[in-house]
Amino acid sequence: MPDSPICSIRIQTEDFSLDECYQHLRTVSPNKTGAIATFTGLVREYGDKQGVDGLFLEHYPGMTESSLQKIVVQAAEKWRFDGVTIVHRVGMLKLNEQIVFVGVCSSHRSDAFSACEFIMDFLKTEAPFWKKEINHEGNVWVEAKQSDRERSHKWTSNAP
Amino acid sequence: MKVLFFASLREQLETSVEHWPDLKNCQTVSDVKDLLVKRGEPWSSAISNPQIIIAVNHEVSSLDTTLSDSDELAFYPPVTGG
Repeated sequence: MPDSPICSIRIQTEDFSLDECYQHLRTVSPNKTGAIATFTGLVREYGDKQGVDGLFLEHYPGMTESSLQKIVVQAAEKWRFDGVTIVHRVGMLKLNEQIVFVGVCSSHRSDAFSACEFIMDFLKTEAPFWKKEINHEGNVWVEAKQSDRERSHKWTSNAP
Repeated sequence: MKVLFFASLREQLETSVEHWPDLKNCQTVSDVKDLLVKRGEPWSSAISNPQIIIAVNHEVSSLDTTLSDSDELAFYPPVTGG
């Protein structure tokens, strides 16, 4: 039975440093890690509507962390990786600001890539976060997307 | 029992949390849902929306989940993080 991955989950209002997140993953298991895959999500100017000025992000404290922890456990049942870092921001975010970081370190790139993508796909469909688009015409809560549900579903319908 | 509401639901109901001293005779999640729906609008439409997700003690739960006084119940719309 492989060791459980070392997991860091942070929900915060402040921005994060990509380099810090990456350097942390390098220290998790320095002799075993041969690959680090990372994903960063940013605020863009179009979402459900055009002309987005920013986002307001809300979460369910406590459940969000346990939900992300469960997603990491599910990923660790499918792939071998030594560590994972998840950072998700909440509160008001402007255009081009960083929203989310997921990074996975592993001995092999295929495990790192797959686990990173899996964690991000399930974060979007399971973890209790909600986005509201801030627009000069009015603010609207973002609708959950069928395409996101389909991405999560593909992991359960096609075993890797 | 603590009952929480998030995001668009919180705004529709103008409430983020209720502290119930007891279960108000509710045995299951379904009973709580029925009680809230009976309050009339905006509760009826908001809570009976089939998309609404219900969690008990941070776990997504079904309507037949049984409750105790110390439980934390949350109602929320489909999630959109990331």
